Amino acid sequence: MAKSSIKIRAKAKNGVVTVKALISHKMETGLRKDKKTGKVIPAHFIEEVVCEHNGAPVLEAEWGVAISKNPYLSFKFKGGKAGDTVKLSWKDNTGKSDSLETKVK
Amino acid sequence: MQRRHFLKNTMATGAIALAASSGLLVPGSVLAAWNKKAFDAKDVQSALKGAIGTELTEASDKIKIKAPQIAENGAVVPITISSTLSNVKSITILSEKNGTPLIAKFNLKGKSEAFISTRIKMGKTSNIIAVCESGGKFYSARKEVKVTIGGCGG
Repeated sequence: MAKSSIKIRAKAKNGVVTVKALISHKMETGLRKDKKTGKVIPAHFIEEVVCEHNGAPVLEAEWGVAISKNPYLSFKFKGGKAGDTVKLSWKDNTGKSDSLETKVK
Repeated sequence: MQRRHFLKNTMATGAIALAASSGLLVPGSVLAAWNKKAFDAKDVQSALKGAIGTELTEASDKIKIKAPQIAENGAVVPITISSTLSNVKSITILSEKNGTPLIAKFNLKGKSEAFISTRIKMGKTSNIIAVCESGGKFYSARKEVKVTIGGCGG
C-alpha cells in the first residue's frame, strides 16, 4: 500500500489525549494561476475531517480553502488512555479520501 | 469494510440532512454535507449566518486566540484557539478580510476539549475571529494578525 497521506500522533496525559496530525494535501484554493499557462488551477482541498476515538467521533471538522497546504491539526479530548485507537479520516472536494488509525501512547 | 462504512454513512447523512433542513434536527449535531454556501460567502455576516445560523455573537474574554502578531507568510499562519467556556460544541474560525472569510468549523463531540490548533491562509492583514458555541449561545473573540505576504492567489 502506498504511504498514507496522514501522519498522526496521539498522547495521553492525565486522561486527556492530545492528537496531532499532519495531512499531506496541496489544498489548492482555485484562485491561483499557473504561471506558465495563465490558466486557473482548479480548487482541490479537504472538505471534511473526522476523528474517532475507539470508533466514536470526537471531532468533525469542515474545512474551507483557507486551511494551509499540508494541513496541521491538533486537538484534545478527555477520557482516553494509552492503547486506545484514534482514527483520522479526510475527504476532499474531488471525492478522494484517506484514513489512518493509530494507538494512543 | 471501511468503504462500506463510508457509503452507509454518506447515505445516512443525506437522510439526516433532509431531516435537518425540515427542522427536525438541530443542525450542527449531524455531519451535514459540506456547507458550500457558508464557505463561498464573501462577507463575515453571511459566512457566520451560513456556518452557525446567526450573525450575532457575544464578545467573550474566555476565548483565547494564539496567533502571531505579524505573519511573514500569509499562506501559513499558525493559530490556536482555546476556551474556558464550558461544554463548547463547536469552534468556527474566520479571517475578516479573506475573499471568503470562513476558514473552518470544528464540531466537537462530547469528550473533546475546547482546543484547536491548525494553520490557516490569510490574504492580508486582518482580524481573526473565533466563535465558540456553548450552551446554545455563540461567543466570539478577535485578534489582529498583520500579514506581510498574502497567502491567497498569487
